Amino acid sequence: MQEFRYRQAKTVEGAVRAGGTYLAGGTTLVDLMKLNVLQPATVIDVNPLPLAQLEALPGGGLRIGAMVRNSDLANHPVVKQQYAVLSEALLSGASPQLRNMATTGGNLLQKTRCYYYRDTNYACNKRQPGSGCSAIDGYNRIHAVLGGSADCVATHPSDMAVAMMALEATVHTQGPQGERAIALKDFYLLPGTTPDKENVLEPGELITHVTLPPLQSGTRSHYLKLRDRAQYEFALASAAVVVRLRGRHIERVRIALGGVATRPWRSPEAERALEGREATMENFRKAADAAMTGAKPLKYNAFKVELAKRALVRALETTTQTERAG
Amino acid sequence: MSTSIIGAAVNRIDGPLKVSGAAQYAVDYTLENLAYGVGVPSTVANARVVRVDAGEAEHMPGVLAVLYHGNTPPLYRPAEQLEHSRAGEIRPPFEDDQVYYYGQFVALVIASTLEQAQAAADRVRVQYDVRKPVVLLSEAAKPQGPPRVHSSRGDAAGAFASAAVTIDETYTIPVEVHNPMEMHATIAHWQGDKLTLCVTTQGVMNYQKVLAEVMGVPLENVRVISPFCGSGFGGKLFPWPESMLAALGAQHVKRPVRVQVPRSMMFTTVGNRPLTRQRMRIGATADGKLVSIRHDVVQPMSMVDEYVEYCTGVTTMLYECPNVETRQDLVRLNVGTPTPMRGPGIVPGLFPLESALDELAVKLEMDPIALRLKNYAETDPSSNLPWSSKHLRECCQTGAERFGWAKRNPKIGSMRQGDEILGWGMSTATWHAGRGGATVRVRLNADGTARASCATQDIGTGTYTIFAQVVSDRTGIVLDKVQVVLGDSTLPPGPTSGGSTTTATVLPAIAKATDQAVQRLLEAALITPGSPFFTEDRASPPKLAMTNGWVHEVDKSWNSGVPFDEILIARRLAALEGEATTGPDMAAQEHYSFHSFGAQFMEVAWDPGIARLRVTRGLTVIDAGRIINRKAGSNQILGAVVMGIGMAMFEEAIYDPRTGKPINNNFADYLVATNADVPKLECIFVEYPDYHLNEYGARGIGEIGLAGVAPALTMAIHHATGVRVRTLPFRMEDVLGGERATIV
Repeated sequence: MQEFRYRQAKTVEGAVRAGGTYLAGGTTLVDLMKLNVLQPATVIDVNPLPLAQLEALPGGGLRIGAMVRNSDLANHPVVKQQYAVLSEALLSGASPQLRNMATTGGNLLQKTRCYYYRDTNYACNKRQPGSGCSAIDGYNRIHAVLGGSADCVATHPSDMAVAMMALEATVHTQGPQGERAIALKDFYLLPGTTPDKENVLEPGELITHVTLPPLQSGTRSHYLKLRDRAQYEFALASAAVVVRLRGRHIERVRIALGGVATRPWRSPEAERALEGREATMENFRKAADAAMTGAKPLKYNAFKVELAKRALVRALETTTQTERAG
Repeated sequence: MSTSIIGAAVNRIDGPLKVSGAAQYAVDYTLENLAYGVGVPSTVANARVVRVDAGEAEHMPGVLAVLYHGNTPPLYRPAEQLEHSRAGEIRPPFEDDQVYYYGQFVALVIASTLEQAQAAADRVRVQYDVRKPVVLLSEAAKPQGPPRVHSSRGDAAGAFASAAVTIDETYTIPVEVHNPMEMHATIAHWQGDKLTLCVTTQGVMNYQKVLAEVMGVPLENVRVISPFCGSGFGGKLFPWPESMLAALGAQHVKRPVRVQVPRSMMFTTVGNRPLTRQRMRIGATADGKLVSIRHDVVQPMSMVDEYVEYCTGVTTMLYECPNVETRQDLVRLNVGTPTPMRGPGIVPGLFPLESALDELAVKLEMDPIALRLKNYAETDPSSNLPWSSKHLRECCQTGAERFGWAKRNPKIGSMRQGDEILGWGMSTATWHAGRGGATVRVRLNADGTARASCATQDIGTGTYTIFAQVVSDRTGIVLDKVQVVLGDSTLPPGPTSGGSTTTATVLPAIAKATDQAVQRLLEAALITPGSPFFTEDRASPPKLAMTNGWVHEVDKSWNSGVPFDEILIARRLAALEGEATTGPDMAAQEHYSFHSFGAQFMEVAWDPGIARLRVTRGLTVIDAGRIINRKAGSNQILGAVVMGIGMAMFEEAIYDPRTGKPINNNFADYLVATNADVPKLECIFVEYPDYHLNEYGARGIGEIGLAGVAPALTMAIHHATGVRVRTLPFRMEDVLGGERATIV
């Protein structure tokens, strides 16, 4: 770890003005600082900021402060009842100790678990632009089959963000230019030739909260995460489904995939393949095929294409079971 | 002899110290003026060190020294085979300018605080002349020369060629790493030319010897202390480079120095279970009688030392088969030196043997237990000696009954539970039973307590408690009045904790030393004025005994006598001691073959729709003689089963062929079983004391619980899915229909 200046933010405006790297739960930042992967000159501790409120909005929907801890969010009664997909995603991630620290804002900015990003002795375009990608010709079982480029195939690690993608969340920020709201689907960037640029945040811009739109009654949701062991492992493939049925007819569905893509992967292709159709296994499989049409497997992760399809089909099956309460 | 305490489910006497944090582990020792050493590990696997640039590091705050090859006098090599000492790696650190594997110590930074040392270690720049490393077996040079292991009885090749039914398959087990919770650590403290080492080890006596040899000082100048060990699993049998560097560094800076290996280096620098590729050829008659077994093993070792993973020994003794040939070859790779890991040889050797046997059972459409019993070895076929005690048949039958094996439908995918498909598998387990030498001192104190001491150590298995149990058993002194002192080379010499031999080794010495102390006490009772048993009549003194801690006449009740401490007080003695040395019964070893046996049953549940496979049930039945502490004993078996679940389902060090780095060198990426991966497990002991081994009839139980788990699980996976996993660990890829891309 390299020496750094530590500042505590007292107000959001002060934090933004101070200019530095924000420290929330520290579960990503401190870990990567210890590995010398991140070497901020100044760390701004945003823990004192009043951003830990979780409130139901008057017209429906939820406002989640950036400093709401993953455990608190996952176990909040409104989240458990109305946004099951989000609660399930959070509880499938990390360990209880980490979830007690990790925050909503921090989780959105979580860094990849790519082995090569985490080791400064390897070339990595995300860590050091222009140095090359060690994963494309390396051991890439955990890497992305969707959204990769010749410069980066690192998987986005967050479960929470996948659920929020399917819930059509909005990220609210405050930056040097003032406040703005960014639809989550527009928040993450594909790696392209600039994998170091992971999202649309400008320097100094701070996530203050996330809002979830209300779900129409009868909407069901579910997060399914597949991995080698039962706990404490990143997804090899995951699926978030938010769906509303009329009888066996799919009126509206939002689908996002995790563990297989360079960003939390919303799949309009799968959604289009389902909306207006019957909830049948055949249609689920068609949707899964549509979701993975553009997949580009690497040497060690070809299985993820099939695994992601299975995750999605099962998540759709689970959310559309007739006996399941609405 | 009272039997209540032997075989009871006894809580560990050191348990309160551990759960309260009072137990002192190596790095818990606080020494005045302690300095901290942090290693600079190589980031390449095959290179010459051109230059170590320590200029910046040396000038950072708190830095006392930066040591590396070229600026420090070389350490001596351990004498190893000449002196019965053994280091983890025979090449001492900094011996030359070569890098042989990724993670090798290239330099050591010593500073006044850990943080200062870590910061400076990050700033040591090492310039390498890099050569291409060879870390994959597929890239290794072919083995040269004669095999390292070769055995043959009958004509295995001929019998295989003419066998009615044959199996010929190759199995691969990747590198696994021990990764005990407590990382390797040493505090080295010189006082003149005397060296004290606080370490975490499975063998303080060997440690003392190796460090004396490496530092070039007489044996008596080195004291090694390891009262507690956060587990070893074989990885702490021998000293590794970090301890030598701590001693070297402490000598250099003239302060005590602590070096702890970081978790990342636990994967590279302190041993591993080597990869093995094993071809198994089995021939049988149409009704399942084995006629030929051939077992060929190729195994990598490091560039700097040799280690043979003796996988084929078990093949020669487990089943009755007239024609058996085994062969093992070694190849060299740029990886860290392998070392024994829980169940060395037998655990990796049983996986292909028991797997191939199941493949044979499937081919013969024969029940796997019936196949094993058909080829049951009534005597040891490798030596033709009778077994000292073998009850494997009962293990299989008891296990089958308890597990419900009769309900197993052998048809693949035929057993369902809800939406999931169940698979059931079983395997034989075995482990050789050994016994070595030990000296134990037992002291009966005038305050009514007893104390037992020995240099052997408790590596988390319950050795402290077993000492107390035996003393209590022979004196009647209650457990909490028996103090046990272990893990210090100044104590009477005791064995290394390895090979599941400690209990069998120390029991007779504790018993004999206790009896000697009691004998002295009873003699004192007769000759001490003031003792109720004092008699002038030396010709026919009363016969005395000690029961419940009281001295009394043999033919009277115990409470007719006096507490034993009253005798010592009357004689104005602080204590009376006994000391005894016991060793293996060499005659028994010539007449019997000593092994423990077991049968292990595992269940998996498979959700084919999402390729999810979880272990759902596990039963182990063990024949290991008499169990001394039922609680610690079950704990050993069940803990080993958890490790077996890791071996079968999760564990694999993955080496990047470009750098030689195990890229998953942390607990997030190197998967071990979590609690959620471990179902309810059960352990049953069939107890037949093995009095040929020792008077308590106890054999070791530290390793056997791991022996059959992986083959039982891959058999269960085959039963559920139809997929035979021959390359560990199981991966979801195996049941997704495509090819599994492995890197070995």
